[in-house]
Amino acid sequence: MEMKITKSAELTMEWRQKKGKKPLSERLIEGFIKVAGLSSIVLILAILFFILKESYPFLVGAFDFKEFFFSENWNPASVVKISYGILALLVGTVMVTVLSMLIAVPLGLACAFYISEFCSPKVREVYKILIEFLAAIPSVVWGFIAIMMINPAIIKIFNVPVGLNILNASVILALMSLPLIVSVGEDALRAVPETYREAAEALGATKWEVATRVLLPAAKNGLMAAALLGVGRALGETMAVLMATGHAIQIPESIFEPGRTLTATIAAELGESPKGGEHYQALFAIGLVLFILSLIVNLSADYLIRGKRK
Amino acid sequence: MRGIFLILFLMIGCTKQSNVHIIQNKGSDTLVNLAQAWAEEYKKVNPNVALAVSGGGSGTGIAALINGTVDIANSSRAIKDEEREEAKKNTGKDVNEFIVGMDALAVFIHPSNPIEGMTLEEVACIYGEGGHCLYWHDIRGIQVPGCKDNKIIRVSRQSNSGTYQYFREAILGKKRDLKLGSMDLSGSRESIDLVEKTPCAIGYSGMGYLNPHVKAICIKKTPEADCIQPTVQTATDKSYPISRELYMYTSGTPSEEVKAYLEWTQTERAHAITIKAGYVPAPKR
Repeated sequence: MEMKITKSAELTMEWRQKKGKKPLSERLIEGFIKVAGLSSIVLILAILFFILKESYPFLVGAFDFKEFFFSENWNPASVVKISYGILALLVGTVMVTVLSMLIAVPLGLACAFYISEFCSPKVREVYKILIEFLAAIPSVVWGFIAIMMINPAIIKIFNVPVGLNILNASVILALMSLPLIVSVGEDALRAVPETYREAAEALGATKWEVATRVLLPAAKNGLMAAALLGVGRALGETMAVLMATGHAIQIPESIFEPGRTLTATIAAELGESPKGGEHYQALFAIGLVLFILSLIVNLSADYLIRGKRK
Repeated sequence: MRGIFLILFLMIGCTKQSNVHIIQNKGSDTLVNLAQAWAEEYKKVNPNVALAVSGGGSGTGIAALINGTVDIANSSRAIKDEEREEAKKNTGKDVNEFIVGMDALAVFIHPSNPIEGMTLEEVACIYGEGGHCLYWHDIRGIQVPGCKDNKIIRVSRQSNSGTYQYFREAILGKKRDLKLGSMDLSGSRESIDLVEKTPCAIGYSGMGYLNPHVKAICIKKTPEADCIQPTVQTATDKSYPISRELYMYTSGTPSEEVKAYLEWTQTERAHAITIKAGYVPAPKR
């Protein structure tokens, strides 16, 4: 690409060479942006430091690696033997996250394709408003929907003893992460240059072929980012999963069994455990596990998207 | 510049004019509805005193009392000795106890469940660690219509709620845990909602939360004893086996405003509110 340097730009360049440095306003703005960029890194480190500080006495005290990761007995209020095992919570978290993404990612991406490629502008506006509306529902309300509506429905449809289970939470989470996946996915598709579409159509491709053979590969990174943002949303959701999973400490044998997640455990117990006590510290240790989990998800997302570029 | 002074002056003026005394009142979720209803009514009795009521659990209320950040802590369990000592150490004052009412924990099931009553032992067999009752037919061969596999779905509460701890003690004593794997919901409301929608389920909560969509069962202390329904009458005379006192705690001798309020909670007018909220007035001492 050839860039034509305009007259005014030339003048500015000359002036700069004369001065030898940028004007003050520009340096101020640059400095401000630099600080803003660095502050997020500092914040993340501060959060990590805080979690470590709160959980440190537990990590060097009652923490037992084998029990913590391989026992399913999470019983901090026991009168017989207090134990901190998060295996059941870990399994619950992974199950709910994976299943909700199996529902939400195909649905969300299909929705994004429809909105950006297949529907008329009028329908698009209505659709977008409806999807945004999903994002506006607070998570406690989702929890009540889980208990009052999805729970009896699951009991009836699948003929199981209880409807608050892994499946219920996954359905709720899928609905909650849809708006994010759809809007980010749609942006990724919009970002594909119009020339691609025109070229493909000039070669006689149908709409369907354009979408699957041209747009999908072209927008792959953006769509992947959309899916992984959804995973992050599912991993971090608290209140709705607390209500929808049934919050039972056990390793679910199927998706129709109640389970429990790491986030919900923190939410349910932190408020009532005495500040600075062992139970309180153990909950922060769970926070640390969550921190590492989401770090892994983000890093692998980064790696995937970068790896694809090469 | 003058404008800024004017604004500052106005702000100072505004904060000066109200002389409403605010009483901070925090703690038990069991008590929070009642405390709020009392606070509403007390506004009419004494407009110069406002109560700021919040929940969060008995533990939270007592912790706030220890830190000296509340005037009155609500609790659905008696304060522990070590908590008393810690409060004394922190604030230099003794903790004062007021019994403001009674609560009976109801055990409830889905209306389609044919069970009318259970012994404490049967409840312990369902909820207790080592209890072998996993199916409804383990209890006198009961069959529950609409319940797949006849499996018992145990609905419980998170392990640091006052209701949970009281239930555990009332059913299992001080030396036994509840079985893991129950559905530990974070509120009495949710427990009721869930049991209402789940034919296999059994749950427990304060009597005040019961509604016609679930069936409260009567409880026998021993297999030979009478089966007692949770009612205002049976809770007050303590014939119902799972009933408890509800407490309000203050740090040291309460201030005049707080003392007046606590005394008011034991008047006829306040008792009417207690009964309406589903609790039982404290017996006269």
